[in-house]
Amino acid sequence: MEALRTKAKELLAQGEVQVVIGYEAGTAGVRRPCFVRTAESAIRLVWDTNCIGNLAGYLTRPEIKRFGKPAIVANNAVLRSLLQLVAERQLQQDAVLALAVAQDGVVTELPTAQAVEDYLAISPGGLSAADREKMEHLAQLSREERWTFWQRELERCIKCYACRSSCPMCYCGHCTMDCNRPQWVSVPSHALGNLEYHTVRAMHLAGRCVQCGECGRACPVGIPIHLLTCYAEESVHRQFGQQAGTRAKLDYALGAFRPDDKESFIR
Amino acid sequence: MATTLKISAASLAALFAVLGDAGRRILGPAEVDGRIELKAVRTLAEVAGDQIQPVLSAKETAFPRVERLLSYRMAPGKVELQDYDPEVQPTVLFGLRPCEAAGFNSLDAVFNWDTRDKFFNARREQLTVVGLSCTQADDACFCTSVGGGPGSTKGSDILLTPLPEGGYLAEILTERGEALKDLAPALFQPANGEDKEAMLAKVEPSFEHQGLAAKLPGLFTSDIWAEQSLRCIGCGACAFVCPTCVCFDIQEEADTKQGQRLRCWDSCGLRQFTLHASGHNPRSAQSERWRQRIYHKFGYFAERFGGPMCVGCGKCSRACPVDMNLKEHLTQVYEV
Ligand code: SF4
Ligand code: SF4
Ligand code: SF4
Repeated sequence: MEALRTKAKELLAQGEVQVVIGYEAGTAGVRRPCFVRTAESAIRLVWDTNCIGNLAGYLTRPEIKRFGKPAIVANNAVLRSLLQLVAERQLQQDAVLALAVAQDGVVTELPTAQAVEDYLAISPGGLSAADREKMEHLAQLSREERWTFWQRELERCIKCYACRSSCPMCYCGHCTMDCNRPQWVSVPSHALGNLEYHTVRAMHLAGRCVQCGECGRACPVGIPIHLLTCYAEESVHRQFGQQAGTRAKLDYALGAFRPDDKESFIR
Repeated sequence: MATTLKISAASLAALFAVLGDAGRRILGPAEVDGRIELKAVRTLAEVAGDQIQPVLSAKETAFPRVERLLSYRMAPGKVELQDYDPEVQPTVLFGLRPCEAAGFNSLDAVFNWDTRDKFFNARREQLTVVGLSCTQADDACFCTSVGGGPGSTKGSDILLTPLPEGGYLAEILTERGEALKDLAPALFQPANGEDKEAMLAKVEPSFEHQGLAAKLPGLFTSDIWAEQSLRCIGCGACAFVCPTCVCFDIQEEADTKQGQRLRCWDSCGLRQFTLHASGHNPRSAQSERWRQRIYHKFGYFAERFGGPMCVGCGKCSRACPVDMNLKEHLTQVYEV
């Protein structure tokens, strides 16, 4: 943790970055996002095993972009998000300085997307063991059983959009959910409205979800909604052989055309 | 009108059966898949004991997330309108914390302010609130900073307070509470000078809400709102779990022949909040919407109704994905 604070202090003092996006101590042991803008306040930064949230969503928020060049304290989920954001042209290759912190507190500076790629090639990270188990359980269910599972879960959804707001890949300035001229998706959080929202979101994250689990963590009513987006992501991985958050150059599987596509209908 | 009685745990369990026989639905905090939710229960044993409170508030029983207001059908030369009366059922809200119970006072004020809201009141009139005083609190609780407390009677029709020797003190506070007690008066005994405070949680006040309200007019252009809201991701979690948040949005679900008009919860956290048809939004930045949240609850509402539109339950702080702890933020504003 000291190494991180020292590094942040140094970067800010030398003007190499204008803001360090990191974690600070919150309520009752929680680690929450903080935005350090002066060398003196680098002391606020915390790093430990509770720093599990994905901070990458802030990289595309106007309030944070305004500060200037950011460094970001990065767990693997942040790094995967960073690559995917570069792949989707939401960030320049070298617009962000990632500070990867190892278990022992050693800080590695990753100034470019290439550096992030190399770092992730060694330890990619991914779904937690618990989530992996849940995914496997869901995969074993029959279609009908899965349908019942999701109906039961989505019944509780209050459409607070915390899942969308917390997702690093839900950066659209004007989300389809908010369009009302015309209205594409039913707004109320009744059964149909909830189903439409989550189906559209999962489809839009297929091939783009970096499997950080942030949306599920954000959900106030405990819906494991990340399992749906991760399911869609893994389906794309299986069928197209490419995975979001692994490369800085990645075509959108569901939106790119290749002359050598194995499906004949598209040629 | 308030009378103070006592009820033993066994009698309280018996009261559940009486309520069921009298056709009352009972909603109480109960465990569902490891979560605490407000749900239909038949027995006292189903009510979760060792817990602070459910994530969602009980406001949904009077102000549901989606309320159908009317529907219509168009035929050549005419429009057929259909009004609705909400389907209601006599309901006992059992075991609401005093903060949540007090939340109904805010809702009552807003939904009866200039017009009597038909839908809210039809539901509300069927509710009897049996509050349960708190013997524990957590870091998010701040009831004592906003005029409430772990044993506050505000908003309850009956307030139960656990006693060290077992059983509960039962304060019968309103006519509705009286009517509930009268279903089984033999289950209650006269109180005998028991100490209500003995088991109550201790919640130290963090700020003083009148003082906070007095500060607000001078802070409108302060940097504090932008600074506090930097980490806010702009979702609706805080407002949707809040027992006093009343903002709603009217949605029209229609095709060219028919449609229905629905009232849905809205939240100042969301980007579309107060977005005008012209495309202009007087609160286009997250910081302005965060400021609105604070000013509405602690300034504007207090000016109009004499107290804050916040009961200090801490639900928003517990639900927030990025730990926007309201108590902490308000204390900071108070100390400016
Ligand atoms: S965070 Fe949970 S409750 Fe909120 S919209 Fe997403 S799934 Fe629904
Ligand atoms: S959909 Fe959920 S799990 Fe996937 S990138 Fe977004 S927040 Fe992470
Ligand atoms: S304060 Fe928290 S819950 Fe409320 S809008 Fe902001 S992020 Fe969402």
